[in-house]
Amino acid sequence: MSAAEEVVAEGHEAVEAVPKRAMTLGTGTSLVVLAALLIVPVFVKNFIIFQMTMLLIYGLAVLALNILTGGSGQFSLGQSAFYAVGAYTSAVLMEYFNFNYALTIPISAAVCFAFGYLFGKPALRLSGVYLALATFALATAMPQLLKLNFLEHWTGGVQGLVVTKPDAPFGLPMSQDMWLYYFTLAVTVAIYIFSVNLLRSRSGRAFMAIRDNEIAASSMGVNVSLYKTLAFGVSAGITGVAGSLGAIAVQFVAPDSYTITLAISLFLGMVVGGVGWLPGSFVGAAFIIFVPNMAESISKGLSGAVFGVLLFLVIYLVPHGARQVAILGQQFVGKLRKN
Amino acid sequence: MPAMHVRLGAFSAALVLAAALSTTASAQKRYDTGASDTEIKIGNIMPYSGPASAYGVIGKTEEAYFRKINAEGGINGRKINFVSYDDAYSPPKTVEQARKLVESDEVLLIFQSLGTPPNSAIQKYMNSKKVPQLFVATGATKWDDPKNFPWTMGWQPNYQTEARIYAKYILKEKPNAKIAILYQNDDYGKDYVKGLKDGLGAKAESMIVVEESYEVAQPTIDSSIVKLKSTDADVFFNVTTPKFAAQSIKKMHEIGWKPMHFLNNVSVSIGSVMKPAGFEASQGIISSNYYKDPTDPQWKDDPAMKAWNAFLDKYYPEANRTDSAVMYGYIVAQGLEHVLKACGDDVTRANVMKQAASIKDFEPAGLLPGIKANTSPTDFAPLSQVQLMRFKGESWELFGDVLSGDVSG
Repeated sequence: MSAAEEVVAEGHEAVEAVPKRAMTLGTGTSLVVLAALLIVPVFVKNFIIFQMTMLLIYGLAVLALNILTGGSGQFSLGQSAFYAVGAYTSAVLMEYFNFNYALTIPISAAVCFAFGYLFGKPALRLSGVYLALATFALATAMPQLLKLNFLEHWTGGVQGLVVTKPDAPFGLPMSQDMWLYYFTLAVTVAIYIFSVNLLRSRSGRAFMAIRDNEIAASSMGVNVSLYKTLAFGVSAGITGVAGSLGAIAVQFVAPDSYTITLAISLFLGMVVGGVGWLPGSFVGAAFIIFVPNMAESISKGLSGAVFGVLLFLVIYLVPHGARQVAILGQQFVGKLRKN
Repeated sequence: MPAMHVRLGAFSAALVLAAALSTTASAQKRYDTGASDTEIKIGNIMPYSGPASAYGVIGKTEEAYFRKINAEGGINGRKINFVSYDDAYSPPKTVEQARKLVESDEVLLIFQSLGTPPNSAIQKYMNSKKVPQLFVATGATKWDDPKNFPWTMGWQPNYQTEARIYAKYILKEKPNAKIAILYQNDDYGKDYVKGLKDGLGAKAESMIVVEESYEVAQPTIDSSIVKLKSTDADVFFNVTTPKFAAQSIKKMHEIGWKPMHFLNNVSVSIGSVMKPAGFEASQGIISSNYYKDPTDPQWKDDPAMKAWNAFLDKYYPEANRTDSAVMYGYIVAQGLEHVLKACGDDVTRANVMKQAASIKDFEPAGLLPGIKANTSPTDFAPLSQVQLMRFKGESWELFGDVLSGDVSG
């Protein structure tokens, strides 16, 4: 490696090493959060349930990016493309082939995994900002691709596709929104447990070894190209599931829903939640859903500027996002106990 | 305890009184969520940010108009509470905002949500909730579908209507025309092309010699114009948004291509299209309109234009008066005022739709002379008339009769 390359390589350590234990919440805290997520919908309006569903869905998408960036150290600004593929897979299967909505989710996951894996292959040659740029191209191209003439028969072109919302099964006395929330929650919990276990497994250790030092990892016998593409595939697959759930919750897919803005929002969510801290993904999702609404209520004309100021404050005060807040909280509780 | 008795007595008297009052009230006045004796809550969703933020002006104009109504005492004594949210032209956000308006803010109806994809995203929801999605701000043809979507209604003449009118004119004036088409590659562009083809009927196949499309993200369409000229077409159907319309007019003038030029109504603004393209290059272009262009000098002393200016002076002084979206918002807000007035004291969602579907020859200030809004239970397209016009000197010259191109009729 020449001196110049070393300087460039140093820049790539933007993702700092996170020990694998620090990537999750303690069991007790997790159970409390889960209990809250289970109980709250009983007491709130359907609109709030819908927002909570969207929070879980965006949380999944941010989690997927977190595995890729926080886990294996690769950047992606193209998550909106995988999200779109997942959404369209579900929408097309449900509307044209009368598939059950639940069945479309594993199919979306498989399709997006394949898509991500294949995209990861050529992207292997790129790293850091160059990879971010390549994925950026994917995100900008996706809305246009969905409008292509030969795909229009399936995608509905610019008009998009309307998706039918599923009713609660077995005659459960639940509104559609509440059923969809619990369904999403179940999928989210499953994927969350899968992700935690993945990062604690041999593959997860390989991801993190690559993130921390690629050369060292390969000399330890880690198949760098395999694990890098694998991380891309897994991330794309989970994003696809989020996309599917999103399409079902919103009941509509259109190219305008999956622009580069979505990819940037997801990236933002990851940074705000804390890179490499999986529970932070959901905090980040809450940020990208609720903070724009708050900004709008402060000033309609300047909502973008207000959002910018709030984001700046977050990054300036807690640069490591929600993870930092959680650690501070933990230390505080620890002190209280000692006293 | 006597004190207790007195209190009880007073309480029961109050109860009786309240019961009496509420029965008389219910005999005359009927309300749904979002309406009361003092207030009517109207929801609205606009792209204040994002790629279509230029249209946010429409929402601001409407908000200003409702402030004017409130300052003048409201509608039948009820003040308008206009709740307008930003969706950044992103359909999932539109769904979130629509649900917030209906379920959390509890509005009576959603008025003028903007854009075809955002409105498509909420149409099914609004109809299942039976909340009016009134006078949507898009020119797509699909909003006039009372059978399947009785709670959704359009407003402006749709793109297909307009294109059919051009087709009629071409068939009459130039039956052997060779037509070149340039259109934006999205729903708006395709709607126009479909309208023209339907209007030409069986002759469409032989008359249209070339169809060229462009993407809205493209910086220039000069090469398309050169290509179209090479086909020797003698009629040009120009379906472009303002920036591209100005480019095309300029380029045609430069390379000396002078077909009979039809320009879609989307780009008829003198301030943002004709002037930048050059008045000399714009001579003879044919288009159509249904409202008065505020930048057109012929309306300078028109009473409607004076009223519009007075309204802006008082309630929206920072408005850009060359922006036709300000006129658009002013006219459609009068449409809602008309419907709510007609509702009288029966301010229910069902009655709003009933009144909206029985507009007869309503002429809000700002429409071209002779153009009227009309609806019926089977016609959910309030405005479906336009008048042809030709660019002459520095303004549009209206010609011919007011034409109707109702898709159903």
